[in-house]
Amino acid sequence: MIGKHALRLFSLGYLAVLLVVPVGYVFWRTFEHGVGPAWDAITTPDALHALKVTLILTAIAVPANTIFGVLCALAIVRHRYPGAGIVNAVVDLPLALSPVVVGLALLLLYGRGGWLGGHGIVFALPGMVLATIFVSLPFVVREVVPVLREIGTEQEQAAATLGASALQTFLRVTWPAIRYATAYGVVLTTARALGEFGAVSVVSGRLAGETESLTLYVQDRYQSFDTTGAYAAAVVLALLAMATLLLMTRLKPKERTQ
Amino acid sequence: MAASADTLSAALKPRRAVAPGLSIGVSTLYLSLIVLLPLAALSWGAHGWDAVSTSQGVSALRLTLGLSLIVALVNAVAGTAIAWSLVRDRFVGQGLVNALVDLPFALPTIVAGLTLLALYGPKSPVGVNAAFTRWGLLLALLFVTLPFVVRTVQPVLFELDREMEDAAASLGAGRFTTFKRIVLPSILPAILSGVALAFARAIGEFGAVVLISGNLPFKTEVVSVYIFGRLESGDPGGAAAASAVILLISFGVLLAIGGLRRWVTKHDR
Repeated sequence: MIGKHALRLFSLGYLAVLLVVPVGYVFWRTFEHGVGPAWDAITTPDALHALKVTLILTAIAVPANTIFGVLCALAIVRHRYPGAGIVNAVVDLPLALSPVVVGLALLLLYGRGGWLGGHGIVFALPGMVLATIFVSLPFVVREVVPVLREIGTEQEQAAATLGASALQTFLRVTWPAIRYATAYGVVLTTARALGEFGAVSVVSGRLAGETESLTLYVQDRYQSFDTTGAYAAAVVLALLAMATLLLMTRLKPKERTQ
Repeated sequence: MAASADTLSAALKPRRAVAPGLSIGVSTLYLSLIVLLPLAALSWGAHGWDAVSTSQGVSALRLTLGLSLIVALVNAVAGTAIAWSLVRDRFVGQGLVNALVDLPFALPTIVAGLTLLALYGPKSPVGVNAAFTRWGLLLALLFVTLPFVVRTVQPVLFELDREMEDAAASLGAGRFTTFKRIVLPSILPAILSGVALAFARAIGEFGAVVLISGNLPFKTEVVSVYIFGRLESGDPGGAAAASAVILLISFGVLLAIGGLRRWVTKHDR
C-alpha cells in the first residue's frame, strides 16, 4: 500500500512541478492585477495583428492538410502502387524534423538565390503559410490511415456491386466511418498550426505588425522586457490550446467505440 | 426483376476508377511540393562543413545528444510511472490528470518555455533560477516530451492480462519481482517506442528552449539554436550542413522506431 501511494505521489508530483504549477503561475501573473491590464496588453494593434496572422495561417493550413490528409490516407491504404511505401515514409518526415530545419529548407528554396527565389515568398505571409502547412501535415493522415485499415473494403465493395459510383461509395460508406478520425486529426493539426514557432520564426522576417504571428509576438514582447504583454499573449495561446485539448478528449472515446 | 438486372449489369460494367488517380496524384504532388522540394534545396545548399566541425558546433551537437539521452531516460521512468498511475490506480480527478498529460502536445512550445521561465527563472517565486543553465534546458525538454512514453505505455498496460500477475503473486513473488518478471517484459517495447519518439523530439526542439537557454555558446547552446544562429550571422550553407547532421540522426531514430514496431507486432501475435 505504501508503494502504491508513493507511486501516485511521484506521478502527480512530477506533473505538478513540470506542468500544472508553471502554467497556473503564468495565468496567475497575467490576472494578478485584474483582467484590465491583461486585456489592454492583448488589444494593442501589434497584438491583434499577430492574432490575425496566426488565425490566417491556421485557416489556410488546416483545410489544405485535411483534404490532402484524407486523399493521402486513401492512396496509402486503398491503392497498391509503386511508391506507396515512400509516400507513407515521407508523410512522417515533418514529425522527425526540427522546426528550424524546416524553416531553413524553405528559406533555401524560396529565398534570395534559391531555386524558386525572388517571388516575395519568404519574409512574408506565403512563406509562413508554407511553413505552417509543412509542420502540421502528418496529423490527419496518421489518424485516418489506421481506421481505413481496420474497416476493410467489404462494405465499399458491396456498395460498388450495388452500382454506387466511386464518389457515392466514398460519401455514403467510407466517410461516415472515418469522420471522427478525421475530426481528431483536424484538432491535432489546428493545435500544431496555432502554436508553430521555430519554422515560422525562420521564414517570417519578424516585422512587428506585419509578419509576426502570436507565438513570435510572445518572444518579441518577452525579449523587449514587456512581460505583461508576453504573459497575456501566452495566456491567449494557452486558452486556445486548452480548447483543442477539450475537443481532443471529447473525440477520443467516440473514435474507440467505432 | 428489371431493376435488379440493371444493377447487376451496372456492377459488371468496368467502372472508371476516378478516385485512385485523384488521390495518388494529389498526395504525391502535394508531398513533393510541400516537403520534398524544400528538403532537396536544403541538401543542395549544404556546404561549409566546417560549421559542423568547429568546436562550437561540436559542443552544441554533444550537448544536444547528451541532454536528449537524459531526457529519454527520465521519460522512461516517469512516463511509465504516470501511465501506471493512470491505469492501475484510482483517485479523485484521474480523468483530469489523464487529459492534462496531452497539454504539452497542445500548448505552443514558446508558451511552454515562457511558463517554465516564469516559475524557474530569474524572478522565480520559489527561489529556483534555472535560466541560462543546462538544468533549464532539461526542464524545457522534459516538458515537451512528457506525453510520449505515457501515451505509448498506457494502452499496453490497459490491455495487459492481470491473471499472470495474480499468479506470480500467489506463487510468492513480491511486488517488485512481479513487475520485473511479468509486467516489464510486456510493456518494454512500448516504453522503448515512446523513448525513441521523445529522443527524436528532444534533438530538434527549438521553441521551448530558445528563451530559457540564453543561447550561451559552449554552455547552453543546443544544435537547433546553433543552426538558427548560423543563419542569422549569414551562413546558410553552414546552417544547412548542421541541419543535415541532425536530419540523419532523426532518420536513424525513425528507422529504429519502425523496426521496434515491427518487432512488437511480431511478438504480440
